[in-house]
Amino acid sequence: MCTYTTETASMDGSAKGPGGAWFHVTDATVYYDHPVHAMADHTLNIDLADPSRGPGARVALELTASSARELVTAIEAALAAVPRGLLT
Amino acid sequence: MSDTLSAATVTITGAGDDEVEAYLARPEGAQDAPSRGGVVVIHHMPGYDRATKEMVRRFAELGYDAICPNLYVREAPGADPDDAAAAARAQGGVPDDRLVGDVGGAAAYLRALGTSNGKVGVIGHCSGGRHAVLAVCRLDLQAAVDCYGAFVTGEVPPERPITNLVDQLPHLSAPLLGLFGNEDTHPSPEEVDELEQILRDQGSAYEFHRYDDAGHAFFTVDRPSYRVAAANDGWERIAAFFDTQLA
Repeated sequence: MCTYTTETASMDGSAKGPGGAWFHVTDATVYYDHPVHAMADHTLNIDLADPSRGPGARVALELTASSARELVTAIEAALAAVPRGLLT
Repeated sequence: MSDTLSAATVTITGAGDDEVEAYLARPEGAQDAPSRGGVVVIHHMPGYDRATKEMVRRFAELGYDAICPNLYVREAPGADPDDAAAAARAQGGVPDDRLVGDVGGAAAYLRALGTSNGKVGVIGHCSGGRHAVLAVCRLDLQAAVDCYGAFVTGEVPPERPITNLVDQLPHLSAPLLGLFGNEDTHPSPEEVDELEQILRDQGSAYEFHRYDDAGHAFFTVDRPSYRVAAANDGWERIAAFFDTQLA
């Protein structure tokens, strides 16, 4: 099914996108829905984008639900391991 | 029947009198005698993509003038289909009123063709299934096909940007063919039951087929959800339905 639910967040960072070029990322869109490429009925999809540069300025991820949870855990662990004072 | 056809990108007048890109496929043969019906194909949420355009060409091969408007052209003109779908989703998706306007513009385009017999059907899969039901409740159409559209009936969680269509169903303007997988959860068999009960109670013409060993998106040939038996039977049902309703 199409879930119709979409989470969004403002971002400040960079991603390597179309043509191998880096670009500044301003927006993240997160939703659980049909993937375009992954061999699954539904995936957790993340778009890291800069809408001001057009729809093609996007890095897309399609992760199985378990992979997405692993990613969340890994991100949290990586942040938790940062020495005090380095986080900005 | 000839399987020779032509296909091209055209511009239609959609909702708000906007110029909307659309993919048109037409059978070969006389182009000036009113001889055939038209089919509007509503693309699914992943976009105005190759798979949808293949369906448009299939309807031309079946003998119809067929067209699919690009529902995301306003958010992402000229973009790749997956990028356009992502951009449209990030901006809230396709409003129902805009969908109706774009499908109405596509139907008007088909009716203006010299080959048109004045009859137009609509078909959609997944989100397009809901859109097909919405369109046939709001527009003058002669047939509609809903392939596993979710949120036609049933409860819609409040955070979703859509509603179900229960309050629209009394305005159904044409017979409805529904094709559903019994392993689908959205729409669930119970939600399909609810839709069928409403149609029966209001005396609407409908034809439902439900497939075992099939879930959501069983027509989608390049995804794991593809179920060949259900899809093959479904295509036969669609062809027979349009043959009857659009003749």
